[in-house]
Amino acid sequence: MSAKWKFCLNIAALSALFGLLYLFSRYGSGYQIRILTNIAIFITLAVSYNLVNGVCGLLHLGPNGFIAVGAYTSALLSMTPAEKELNFILEHLVWPISVIHVPFLVSLIAAGAVAALFAFVISFPVLRVRGDYLAIVTFGFGEVVRVLCNACQSVTNGPLGLKGLHPYTNLWWSWGVAVLAVIVIQRLIDSNYGLAMKAIREDETAAMAMGVDPSRRLLVAFMVSAFFSGVAGGLLAHLITTISPGVFTFVLTFNLLIMIVVGGLGSTTGAIIGAVLFTWGGEALRIVERPMDIGIFTIPGIPGMRMVIFSLILMLVILFARNGILGRWELNWDFLASKFARLRRTDTPL
Amino acid sequence: MRTTLLLQQLINGVSLGSLYALIAIGYTMVYGILRLINFAHGDLLMVSAYAAIYGIALFSLPWFLTFPLAIISTGAIGILLDRAAYKPLRQAPRISLLISAIGASFLMENLALVIVGGVPKPFPRPDFFNHVIRAGHLHIQVLTIYSPLITLVLVFGLLYIVFKTRVGKAMRAASWDFEATRLMGINLDSIIALTFLLGSSLAAAGGIMWAMKYPQINPFMGVIPGLKAFIAAVLGGIGNIVGAVIGGFLLGVFEILIVALLPGLADYRDAFAFLLLIGILLFRPTGIMGERSAH
Repeated sequence: MSAKWKFCLNIAALSALFGLLYLFSRYGSGYQIRILTNIAIFITLAVSYNLVNGVCGLLHLGPNGFIAVGAYTSALLSMTPAEKELNFILEHLVWPISVIHVPFLVSLIAAGAVAALFAFVISFPVLRVRGDYLAIVTFGFGEVVRVLCNACQSVTNGPLGLKGLHPYTNLWWSWGVAVLAVIVIQRLIDSNYGLAMKAIREDETAAMAMGVDPSRRLLVAFMVSAFFSGVAGGLLAHLITTISPGVFTFVLTFNLLIMIVVGGLGSTTGAIIGAVLFTWGGEALRIVERPMDIGIFTIPGIPGMRMVIFSLILMLVILFARNGILGRWELNWDFLASKFARLRRTDTPL
Repeated sequence: MRTTLLLQQLINGVSLGSLYALIAIGYTMVYGILRLINFAHGDLLMVSAYAAIYGIALFSLPWFLTFPLAIISTGAIGILLDRAAYKPLRQAPRISLLISAIGASFLMENLALVIVGGVPKPFPRPDFFNHVIRAGHLHIQVLTIYSPLITLVLVFGLLYIVFKTRVGKAMRAASWDFEATRLMGINLDSIIALTFLLGSSLAAAGGIMWAMKYPQINPFMGVIPGLKAFIAAVLGGIGNIVGAVIGGFLLGVFEILIVALLPGLADYRDAFAFLLLIGILLFRPTGIMGERSAH
């Protein structure tokens, strides 16, 4: 399929997506719009998480740290000085942050930049180790960020968190960021850098022998991933309008892990499918936590049952269907065209 | 007065460290053979604590019967964990194994949440562990003395099994060279099961003592001690049983002393252990005792 054709198809698909979003924003209920906004944020998070976990093959367990950094940065920058005054009762906010007030877009970019800076700093210990150790060090980073959010009261307001953020995040912001993230990350994966990352994933020694410098390539992936996680964190903060250290626990990372494992580790479109299924499925599964009326008797709802089901799904997928939905395939136009061609071939008798 | 305070804190540190040591052994033994960080190991603490609570409260058994029963049942759950979550993935890429471990950990925590509820339960501490010894200005709970002693007894028992018996020899062989051990006709599945049984039982003993020390039990109580114990295992050189014990004691003393000497940093206590971990991985990745126990 020619590049020109693909470009036209991509434009058509994007127009269809935004047309659909427009219809929802006009006629959809608040609940539907909220879920769609959530889906876009999780697409951004899952696709950027997949860049490190799936494409580079590093089991990174600290995206909740980057999301927290992004959320706090963007929240602190977008609040007016008066609002900050109201929030910080116990301790005063340190000086330069207390007077800065910038538009939402600038605060989002700053959120990404600060998260990427954190990624740069921790990459020195993190990228020196691999495998299990990398998992535990990045996990530790996520925990350290949470501890710092609790302890540094003059910056983060401690366990009280920040309240009363403006609900800037809407369908257009979240889907705009999601589309941008998917395009940037997919172009990175298709580039020379992406090839090097995949080579490192398959065999690091062989990649080094071919002249690939692993720490430099992995650093790029790590920082790009952190940037978009930070931006998504900013969006999340302005969607839920109240943030505290308890929002950014390891559960968030665990959810992202489920999305990319179910979608297929290493596949961007897989991550998108995983994010959509998880967010939508998570809402649908609320049934199990509510009491159910079945004719004569009532089944009491079981709080916490959703997480049990999610953990079970993760384990079943990893044990019995390790490739997830797409494996390492991408659901792109070439893939669809080849499937379509095969379908036609089997249909016509010889 | 200053020295008694320091002594008091040192005793507390050794007591805390002994619990880290007990839990760290399980990490190090499993890592030695499977090269896997068993993320679900910390949750076995929670399993044993709840088993003990239900044994005492539901069946009103005396504590000296309940605790061994809780330890045995936790050991059985450790074996079950290996069979269900790790055994099918022996030939799989490492990342799958780790994800399975994380999934198993979440499954255990959330199943416990569904079964027992999220409200913290008080742990019924037997009177036997409740006395307080007063020596001058020192106030020491008997438990604080018992836990390092119990730990040492258990560790010597374990070292006897590992270094003096035939199965211990098989375990050391498996951690030295997995495939060659299989070629020698040793049933690796039973050796791995035994490893999980021993590691989980020690973690269970640690979990019960942890529950007596901090008697508020909830489904997520195992997460932080589990992580700290893992750091202790890395500190001592992962794969090395004696190293794990030393690492556990060191980490306990280090944590308590930092909080005691610099009270202003108490909020950051949980962050220290991770900074220590990063430091070790940067400067001495094999830990203070070096890797593997078979040397």
